[in-house]
Amino acid sequence: MNNRNGDQLTLAIGGASCQGCARKIREALAQIPGAGAVRVDIGAQRVHIEDLGLDAQAAARAVSEAGYPAQVVAQSGASPQRSTPTPTENISATDSGAHGAVQLQIRGAKCASCVRTIESALRSVPGVRRADMNLADRSALIEGTATPDALIDAVRNAGYEAEFSSAEDEVGNDDAERAHYRRLLRDMWIGLGLGIPLMLWGVFGGSMMVMPGTLARTLWAAIGVITLCVLMLAGGHFFRGAWQAFKHHHATMDTLIAIGTGSAWLYSMLVVLWPAAFPEAARHVYFEASAMIIGLINLGLALEIRARGKTSQAIRRLLDLRPKTARVLRDGDELDIPVEQVRVDDHLRARPGETIAVDGAVLEGDSHVDEAMLTGEPMPVRKQRGDAVAAGTINQGGALIYRATRVGRETALARIIALVKQAQGAKPSIGRLADTVSAVFVPGVLLIAIATALIWFNAGPEPRVAYMLIAAITVLIIACPCALGLATPMSVMVGVGKAAAAGILIRKGEALQTASALDTIVLDKTGTVTEGKPTVLKLFAAPGHTENGVLGIAATIERASEHPLAHAIVDAAQQRGIETGATANFQARNGKGVSAEVAGRPYLLGNRRWLEQEGVALAQGDAFAQHVIEQAGTPLFLASDRQLIGIIGVADRIKPDSRAAIERLRRRGLKVVMLTGDIAASAQAIAREAGIDEVIADVLPEHKAEHIERLRAQGRKVGMVGDGINDAPALAGADVGFAIGGGTDVAIESADVTLMRGSLHGVADAMEISQATLRNIKQNLFGAFIYNVLGIPIAAGALYPLFGLLLSPVLAGAAMSLSSVTVVANANRLRFFHPSGVREQTS
Amino acid sequence: MNAILVNLCGLVLMAAVAWWFWLWQPRRRGLQSGAIDIDVADGVYEPDVIEARRGVPLTLRFHRRDPSPCAEQVIFQGLDVSASLPVGKTRIIQFTPEQSGVFRFTCQMQMYQGKLRVLD
Repeated sequence: MNNRNGDQLTLAIGGASCQGCARKIREALAQIPGAGAVRVDIGAQRVHIEDLGLDAQAAARAVSEAGYPAQVVAQSGASPQRSTPTPTENISATDSGAHGAVQLQIRGAKCASCVRTIESALRSVPGVRRADMNLADRSALIEGTATPDALIDAVRNAGYEAEFSSAEDEVGNDDAERAHYRRLLRDMWIGLGLGIPLMLWGVFGGSMMVMPGTLARTLWAAIGVITLCVLMLAGGHFFRGAWQAFKHHHATMDTLIAIGTGSAWLYSMLVVLWPAAFPEAARHVYFEASAMIIGLINLGLALEIRARGKTSQAIRRLLDLRPKTARVLRDGDELDIPVEQVRVDDHLRARPGETIAVDGAVLEGDSHVDEAMLTGEPMPVRKQRGDAVAAGTINQGGALIYRATRVGRETALARIIALVKQAQGAKPSIGRLADTVSAVFVPGVLLIAIATALIWFNAGPEPRVAYMLIAAITVLIIACPCALGLATPMSVMVGVGKAAAAGILIRKGEALQTASALDTIVLDKTGTVTEGKPTVLKLFAAPGHTENGVLGIAATIERASEHPLAHAIVDAAQQRGIETGATANFQARNGKGVSAEVAGRPYLLGNRRWLEQEGVALAQGDAFAQHVIEQAGTPLFLASDRQLIGIIGVADRIKPDSRAAIERLRRRGLKVVMLTGDIAASAQAIAREAGIDEVIADVLPEHKAEHIERLRAQGRKVGMVGDGINDAPALAGADVGFAIGGGTDVAIESADVTLMRGSLHGVADAMEISQATLRNIKQNLFGAFIYNVLGIPIAAGALYPLFGLLLSPVLAGAAMSLSSVTVVANANRLRFFHPSGVREQTS
Repeated sequence: MNAILVNLCGLVLMAAVAWWFWLWQPRRRGLQSGAIDIDVADGVYEPDVIEARRGVPLTLRFHRRDPSPCAEQVIFQGLDVSASLPVGKTRIIQFTPEQSGVFRFTCQMQMYQGKLRVLD
């Protein structure tokens, strides 16, 4: 790195956590010639130094030696943004990441100069666009097209060790969370360890009053000091948080706890120090309340962490699906490599029982793959050459060789995880009232507490000073903004996760709320109600021919054709185990059919008009053909030598479970409408078979959205179900758009809700989950509001004039901890909800 | 006399609370360029007021140092933007605000609070 005057040098540092650290860093840099003004950014862990002819590496070394591992990330005048912060996770949707970034974990690097060596070694590898190493966490982020092996080799050649680290560590830091949990438990014991004995002393008749000039007073002074230590040790985080928030003009839960426990301690300490300043009856100490409240609230926080762990189970389950290694075929060898190293177009093998490592297309093999974890489809799906397989699904029967088509963040699994995480943080509008309330809640409680104190002062009995204090503290402690704030998000988190487990991806929080209120479901026909591809419905064989014979000849002719109808015929022949022969002189006649020679005989296979033009007598098949048309099918005529041999009825069949799913929707009282571009007669046939009330036929694709708009104008809440590609405008125009997919290759970002399993049951499931989630949110919100609305007046002493009842602050602390735990626990109940369709299908 | 004094103190205190937490307006900091680093620790986002221009892509880098679960998510109210923040790591959030106005960003429980001001 060369020096340029007037520039700025940016160092990435590690371990600096306080202003004291910043001072040390500034002092260390003051020794370095050429260092100008120094700005330490603790938050970003960056040091910005005005560069007056500075040796960048010397500066980094000086900071490292001061105890904060540092590395140079940028040295320039105009843009200090050359660096990429590490470790970094990028959730940007716009980030194309065409050449995935690779993250290496480096071992053996001890100083800033190692960083330079390693970086230049990495940059010398062909294809590397950028390489940045962070000494703080010993990781290097490399962008470009270089293969990971080449990068590791380069680092090894430079004298260090390197290995892959997953750049996609989406899970929070479990260790940090566990450590936090243990710390809360420790804090709880510290608080209760002092609080319980003191409280027992009071309960069993020990005096909590302070008399001037007694030994007890000295003892209370000692206990006061111990309580202060407990507050600092076990409750320090509340006081720190409260102070930080205060400086930013915010008031949080910490504010309430800190003021509550702090003023209890302060009052008690004043009583101990100057008992004479207080009326005799008011010389009471409340050290036990401070300690107990701190202990109880820490306990509540710890319980909450425990309960929260369960709410994120769904996402964890998805994360656990991510394969760690892949079996790659390279130069005839089979290698087990970390999945991050797999590149697009690599060939991979999945043996029976193994997880598919990345999204791919099958090259060889024939097997069944269990996709339930992604699509909710319980039956394993058959995979053959050309079929798509998805990362995270499990190969069951035979071995498969597949070509990687999408890796890293691009896989369906990764996109699903990103989507679910995104949706779990979303908020449906039902939570808005709670949001509005909690935004002003804490200052409001502070005001109520002061007002309470004043009322007790003006209208309360003696000792007024003690009552003022107790009532105000109890108000501060019992108020629980957490329950209010957690009510909606906790339920959404569980509900969205629950839906994901059933193969339903909810992209927007609002959809979760609206889905339960829909009264009309509009279904696109092709691919939604029906399979979306033609299949052979029925066969007619002319006298002297068999059905299998007709199908065999037709399949032989059509094998060379690309037409969807041809695929249907070839598939049907394969299913029946019919062998196909060789053809000659194959000719496709556009809009008419095909002709070819089989075993020397010329055949025609096509539509009625063409065969009639060719002089084939079709009268004997008329009844059959008419029947096929009535069932919304297409008859294909097979003839040879102007003689009809047979007719093949081909139709886009309705999905096996469409009828049952539509019945479920109707049972919910929904109006079910089918929208299609087909002519009315064949649309009616499908609608009858599927049990649909209303059909809108002859609709051009571009007019679908208008029909949705018309239904909405009638005041209906409309859900539209379509494939998400052709129907995108209609899906967007509906109150809730459902994209229905056939497995994992569905465009999951296209609609509000994506049904991974190509079944219409998903619509009913989604609505039931939405309803259950909404009910859960309402229970939570109701509970949280009622708790605060009742709790605060009682704490203020509303029951005192009638019953002489005043809540103790300790009880308030217990109630407050329990209230947020209750909300989380109630949200957890949602985990046991099962949509009725799932029950029907599994029982 | 004493009674008046106590009541007066109480009322002044109440006024101070209302002013400090509700009525106080942060100074305009002006637009920052490039990525904005936001520290998540001790119950506050630092900085807690961000300004952005409508239609201009915004890059925020959240550094979460607070392991308590409260800090786990950041939600931009009314923008359909949210993210979970892993402890001890940097999370980049990029989006383009399409409407102007003031949007609150908070944690799930709204104890962490910040404001995104989108200017025209």
